[in-house]
Amino acid sequence: MADLNRKFDVLVIGGGNAALCAAISARRAGASVLVLEGAPKFYRGGNTRHTRNMRCAHDAATEILTGPYTEEEFWDDLLRLTGGQTDEELAKFMIKESKDILNWIVEQGVRWQPSLGGTLSLGRTNSFFLGGGRAMLNALYLTAEKLGVEIAYDAEVIDLEIEDGMFLSAKLKQPIDGASEIRASALVAAAGGFEANIEWLKEYWGEAADNFLIRGTPYNRGSILKMLLAKGVQDIGDPTQCHAVAIDARAPKFDGGIITRHDSVVFGIVVNKHAERFYDEGEDIWPKRYAIWGRLVAAQPDQIAYIIFDSTVVTSFMPTLFPPIAGASIAELAGKLELDPAALEKTITEFNAAVQPGTFDHTILDDCRTAGISPPKTHWARKIETPPYLAYPVRPGITFTYLGTRVNKQSRMVMKDGKPSANMFAAGEIMAGNVLGKGYAAGIGMTIGSVFGRVAGREAAKNARN
Amino acid sequence: MHGTRILEEADRLMTVCNSCRYCEGLCAVFPAMEMRRAFSDGDLNYLANLCHACGACYTDCQFSPPHEFNVNVPKTLAVARAESYAAYAWPRVFAGAFARNGLVISLVAAFSVAAFIFGFAAWHDWKVLFGVHTGPGAFYKLMPHNAMAALFGAAFLYAIVALVMGVRAFWRDIGEPVGMKTDAAALLQAIRDAGELRYLDGGGVGCFNEDDRPTDRRRLYHHFTFYGFALCFASTSVATLYHYLWARQAPYPWWDLPVVLGTLGGIGLLIGPIGLLAERWKRDSVLVDEARYGMDVAFIVMLFLTSLTGMALLILRETAAMGPLLALHLGVVFSLFVTMPYGKFVHGIYRFTALVRYAMERKAMAHGAGE
Repeated sequence: MADLNRKFDVLVIGGGNAALCAAISARRAGASVLVLEGAPKFYRGGNTRHTRNMRCAHDAATEILTGPYTEEEFWDDLLRLTGGQTDEELAKFMIKESKDILNWIVEQGVRWQPSLGGTLSLGRTNSFFLGGGRAMLNALYLTAEKLGVEIAYDAEVIDLEIEDGMFLSAKLKQPIDGASEIRASALVAAAGGFEANIEWLKEYWGEAADNFLIRGTPYNRGSILKMLLAKGVQDIGDPTQCHAVAIDARAPKFDGGIITRHDSVVFGIVVNKHAERFYDEGEDIWPKRYAIWGRLVAAQPDQIAYIIFDSTVVTSFMPTLFPPIAGASIAELAGKLELDPAALEKTITEFNAAVQPGTFDHTILDDCRTAGISPPKTHWARKIETPPYLAYPVRPGITFTYLGTRVNKQSRMVMKDGKPSANMFAAGEIMAGNVLGKGYAAGIGMTIGSVFGRVAGREAAKNARN
Repeated sequence: MHGTRILEEADRLMTVCNSCRYCEGLCAVFPAMEMRRAFSDGDLNYLANLCHACGACYTDCQFSPPHEFNVNVPKTLAVARAESYAAYAWPRVFAGAFARNGLVISLVAAFSVAAFIFGFAAWHDWKVLFGVHTGPGAFYKLMPHNAMAALFGAAFLYAIVALVMGVRAFWRDIGEPVGMKTDAAALLQAIRDAGELRYLDGGGVGCFNEDDRPTDRRRLYHHFTFYGFALCFASTSVATLYHYLWARQAPYPWWDLPVVLGTLGGIGLLIGPIGLLAERWKRDSVLVDEARYGMDVAFIVMLFLTSLTGMALLILRETAAMGPLLALHLGVVFSLFVTMPYGKFVHGIYRFTALVRYAMERKAMAHGAGE
C-alpha cells in the first residue's frame, strides 16, 4: 500500500458500484485515488454484491437486450414509479448518460449476459451481469487495482473534517499503515444508506425495527450520510422510508440477499399471527405486488405473516431456499406455525367459500376473484383445498433507504444554504433520493451508481487539479 | 435423503443456487440445475461430472465462505465427482482403488516395469537386454511383436470393457434409459464442448487459481495434454496398421508418420502435464478436493512418464540403453492402460458422458419451449 499520509487527489469513501466507478473514472482522469471500504474484503461492495442487473436506455436491441428501451420510455417508467418524486433535470440527465454506461462499464471489465431464467419480463430493459453483482464488483476492483487505485478494507471512517462545505480530511477508526487521518483535495461519498442501522431505523419505526431482516451486509450503517447531513449538506428523500419486501422469516438477520425472497403471494393467501388475512393478495402483478409486501408485513403485529397455499401450486414459482412448512391438515399446519388452528381453519373455509369460478392465468389480471369477504382477493383466487397444506413465514426484508444528500448534475453535493460544495461529491444510494424519491424498478439502483459514480469521479478529479 | 454426506451437501448447495441463479451464464452446471426442482443421487452425480472445476462460481458467489450459507460449489462437486468414480467402478471389487489412488497407481506402475525388465531378462540372455539392436524389428528381438500386440491388446480391451461398464452404470444413474437411440447432434455438440473445453473458461475470462484473479492456464495445458495423448495414440494405431497391413516393422525413420505423430504428441504430453501439475500446486486449496491430490498427481505423472520414456526411447534407440528403456516404456504404458478405469483418466469419460446428456437436455428444453 502507498503512503496514506500523503494527500490524495480524490478520496472515495465506500466500496460498491458507485464508489468503484468513481474511483476508476477519477483515476482515468489522472487523479491519485484512495478508496476506503469500511467492510472486510469479502463483504466489500455493500448492496452491489447482491445485485444482478442494470437498467440502461438503448435505442436498439443488442446482443443481450431483446429490444429498444428509449430515453422517453425510461423517463415515463421513472415518473410513474416515483409518483413524480424525482428531480426531472437530474433524472433525465441520468437516463441520457445511462446509454453510454452500457459500453463504458464493459470497458471497465464488467461482462453482460441475457436476462436470467425466471426474469423474462426484464429481457428488454435490463442488462444482467455475468456471474451476478459480486462478479461485477470483482471486475471493477480488478480494473481499479490495475489502474493504480489504492484500496483499503476494514477502513471505517468515524469523522469528517469539513469547513464551509469544503472537505479537508477523514478520520479512521483504526489507523492503516500508521495513518489515522486521510487528506484529499476532493471527496466522493459513495457509502450507501442506513438500512443496516437498526437504531436509526427505530427512530422512525419504533420497536418494530427489531423484527426487520436486512437483506444486505451489516456494514450499510449510513454513518457517512449522517456526518454529511450534520455538517451542512442539504438532505433529500423521506428519512422515514425504506424499500422493503417480504422475505423468509428463517433468513439470517443480515445479508440473506436475493435468495430469501418469496414470490408466491399471488398463489395463496397471507395471514398474520392471528391467522387473519389483512390485504388483497391479488391486487397487482409483479413487480408491484412484490414491493408492497414488506411494508404490509411490517404493519402487522410482531412483524410476521404467513403465505399459505396448497400442494397444487408448488411448481408455479421459483424454487425457494427454505422449504415450505407442510401439514396434512389445516390444523396440523397451524400447529407447526404456532397459529390458532380454529382461527386458521375459519379463515381458509371462509376464503374457499368466497372463491368465484374463473379461468386462472397468473400472467394477466385474471378473473379468479373472491366475493363477499374482506379484504377481497381480486385476482388469482383459487381454493386452498389440496393437502398437504404449505406455508412460508415472512418478515420485512429491508433493502435500502431513501434519505440522501442533495446533488447537482456534476454529482456535487449541495449545502443547506443552496450553494454547491467546494469539493464534495456523492454517488449511489447515498444520493439516490434525488432521482428516486420513492418506489423502485429492477436495476435502477445500479444505474444511479454507475452514472453518478462515473460523473462524480470525473468531476472530483477535475476539481482536484484546479 | 441421499446416499452419502457429500451428496447431502451438494443437494443443499443446489437448493441455494436454484433460488439464486446468478451463475447460470458461467457454465453448463447451473442451466442443468435449473431444469430440476429436486435432486436425486444420480442428478447430483450428473451435475458433479458436468462441472469442469474452473472456480468462477466460487469467486462470483456472494454466499461463499465466510458467509454463513457457506456455498462452495467447486469443492463440493469435486468431492462428489471423485466419489462417483468409485461408485461406478467395474468390477465393484476394484472401487477401493480410488480411495488410495496415488499408492495403487504407483504400485501397479512399479510392478509393471519390473515385470517387463525381468520378463525380457528371463526370456533372453541379459546380453540381449543390454545389446545394441537396430533396423526393422529391433524392438521385437526383446519381445515378439505378436506377444506385445496380444498383451497390450488385452490390457486395452479390458480397460475399454471396464470403462463401458462404468459409463453404463453412470448413464443409468443419471436417468437416461439404457439403449436409447443415439442422438448424433447431441454427440457432436458434446464432442465440440469437450474438444474445446468450453466450460473450463470461467464464463469467458479463464479459470480461477490462487486468488480472485483469473490467471489460470489450465485449459491450455489440458489441451497440450489431451491432444498430446491423442497424437501418441494415433501414432501407435498407425504403427499397428503399418505392421499388419504393410508388414513394415518398427522402429521407423524419424520422418515417418508414427514417429512424427509420436514426437509431436510426446512434446505435448511433456509440456501439458508439467503445466497442469504446476497449476495444481498453485490452486487455492479452498477450490479443490485435497483428499484426491494423489489421484490427480498419479495420473498426471503417469502421462508425463509415458511421454518421457517414449521420447528417451526414440533418442536412444540405437544404443545399449534401448532394451531397458523399452522395458520401462512398455511397463509405464501397460500400467497406464490397466489402471485407466481406476484413476483420474475416467474424469474425461464421465464428463464427456455428462456433456452428451446436457446437450440432449438442452435440445429437449428448447423443443419443449417452442411448443
